[in-house]
Amino acid sequence: MQKLGDFKLPQFFNYPPYFTLQPIRETREKQIQLWKELILEYCRSQKIFIVGLDEEFSLFSNQSIERSLSHESREVFLSALVSEGRAEWMDKSHKKCLILWLKVQDWADYIINFVRENGLEDSVMTVEDIRSGIESRGTELAGIDRGVLIRALKLLEQKGKAAIFKGSSTDDEGVKFNI
Amino acid sequence: MAASAWLPPVDLTDSGRPVLFPGEVERLFISSIDLQAEENPSLPPLRSGLLTLTSHRLLWINETSRFAHFIPLGSVIHAFPPKKSIKSMFTSPKIRIQVTSDSDGKITSGKGTTSVVITIVMRGGKSDSEAFYGKLWEVLKSRSWEVEEVKGREDVGEIRDSGSVEGTSRVRTAVVGVAGILRKEQEMWESTDKSLQDAFQDLNALMSKAKEMVALAEKMRQKLLSGSAAQANANDEEMGSKQEMQDWLLSVGIVSPVTKESAGALYHQQLSRQLADFVKLPLEKSGGMIALIDVYCLFNRARGTELISPEDLLQACALWEKYEVPAMLRKFDSGVMVIQSKAHSDEEVFARIISLAQKPDALKMGISPSDAALTLGIAPALAKEHLLNAESRGLLCRDVSPDGFRFYVNMFKEFELGNIYLVKDHGLYKAWISAASLSSA
Repeated sequence: MQKLGDFKLPQFFNYPPYFTLQPIRETREKQIQLWKELILEYCRSQKIFIVGLDEEFSLFSNQSIERSLSHESREVFLSALVSEGRAEWMDKSHKKCLILWLKVQDWADYIINFVRENGLEDSVMTVEDIRSGIESRGTELAGIDRGVLIRALKLLEQKGKAAIFKGSSTDDEGVKFNI
Repeated sequence: MAASAWLPPVDLTDSGRPVLFPGEVERLFISSIDLQAEENPSLPPLRSGLLTLTSHRLLWINETSRFAHFIPLGSVIHAFPPKKSIKSMFTSPKIRIQVTSDSDGKITSGKGTTSVVITIVMRGGKSDSEAFYGKLWEVLKSRSWEVEEVKGREDVGEIRDSGSVEGTSRVRTAVVGVAGILRKEQEMWESTDKSLQDAFQDLNALMSKAKEMVALAEKMRQKLLSGSAAQANANDEEMGSKQEMQDWLLSVGIVSPVTKESAGALYHQQLSRQLADFVKLPLEKSGGMIALIDVYCLFNRARGTELISPEDLLQACALWEKYEVPAMLRKFDSGVMVIQSKAHSDEEVFARIISLAQKPDALKMGISPSDAALTLGIAPALAKEHLLNAESRGLLCRDVSPDGFRFYVNMFKEFELGNIYLVKDHGLYKAWISAASLSSA
């Protein structure tokens, strides 16, 4: 079984037509769905949040069959993710794409669970703690993209489930949960 | 007797130049010439004059005295070659000519009863009698003075070119020199113009007849049209005569007027059937499908003459819909047009393509249009059409790479969303995996 890093690749990754944008609508639909799923799975497993269209992204090529996705195809698949709300373009020229293999709302829910499970209701944590603290290890939160995390926290703040405040040092904010 | 008595005089211009006859051209000048009638001492000699050999005459002119006489070349019976002897080396060269004359020895242009011998004595030191003799003979031979009556008087101010183009005999006017060439051309234009005019007369007559014909045909057309519109239920007889009329009009070269109503012009009907018959064999040979352009070439080549135009071909094929004909015209999405045998169906071709695409090699590497062409026994361009067609049906999918354009059997259907690692035990996916992994991965 082929792997990219520690990610197991599906067999169809070796199917050459998978890397050519299919013109026939029905076939293309299937192809797009497959790519969306694969991208999300891969990014989740590798904790990849940002994909640069013009940059190397190992998922977009398959050395063993000597095929890689054209720029056009990449944009098509990523745009499909964006349409579904599973990704966001970070710039107008569509050069960078933020992959939300968990939607921001999902992240917010995840954080609530995390806080509950770890009994962190009344404590104050820094944003960085949430990202890289001991409790986070082994969870999805480990290494989460800072921007995404803050957005999730803000969402919680809007719902009154958390309060964000500036910390002692200028660069780190603190959060107090109020579940 | 004065010299003027036996030799006709030459008209001179005020400056002493001879007045030449129409078309007369000077050929040679020799000075210091005596003319003597040696055998007839009663004819006084002419001393020391300029001898001018022209195309028509031998002129003798004494510029000082303005005596000028001539010998018409037409009267020259014979010219004796200059003698070569030891004696002649020390004396002036002489050339004798025999000239017709009347009984008095008078030389005239007309016919004489007898002849005299005139000696041309070249007193000038540098005279070349041989050259003169040769020239004289040339001029005598060409007989330029024998001209028929000219159409009109020639203008006097023509360019004379001495010693140039030979005058030709039997010519209406002098045709020597540049003027002659110009005149010849002018005549040619005039005669061409005349014959063109005559031809156009005929053409005008023809065209007026044609106009009548077209008017007649128009009338008939109107009648046919109104007839068919008014009588919806035309009985057989009427239809028969209508058909005859159509045939007749067609044979005259006018397309049938009731094209929209009838099955099309008779010409196209016949052509259509002929084409259907013709196309049977090539269709069989090429697996049931031929590009229209190929049919066009084959058909025309077979016909030899009476070639058909592309429009004719298209119309003929279009008519097949109306008949029981085992062939059909088909247009692919790409615009390629083919003639396909009805017996040959898409499904059948697809079946063959799919079975080809599922062979282990094809599973691993896909198929190119040329692979398909080989297997299907058809041209690569047509094979590509078939492959694209199969793709549009979802049977194949494409793989575009620097290696080229290839098609694989469509396995996207086998892949499961939400369960991307699933491979069923039997089926195409499994077969493909085995085939693909046979190579060193």
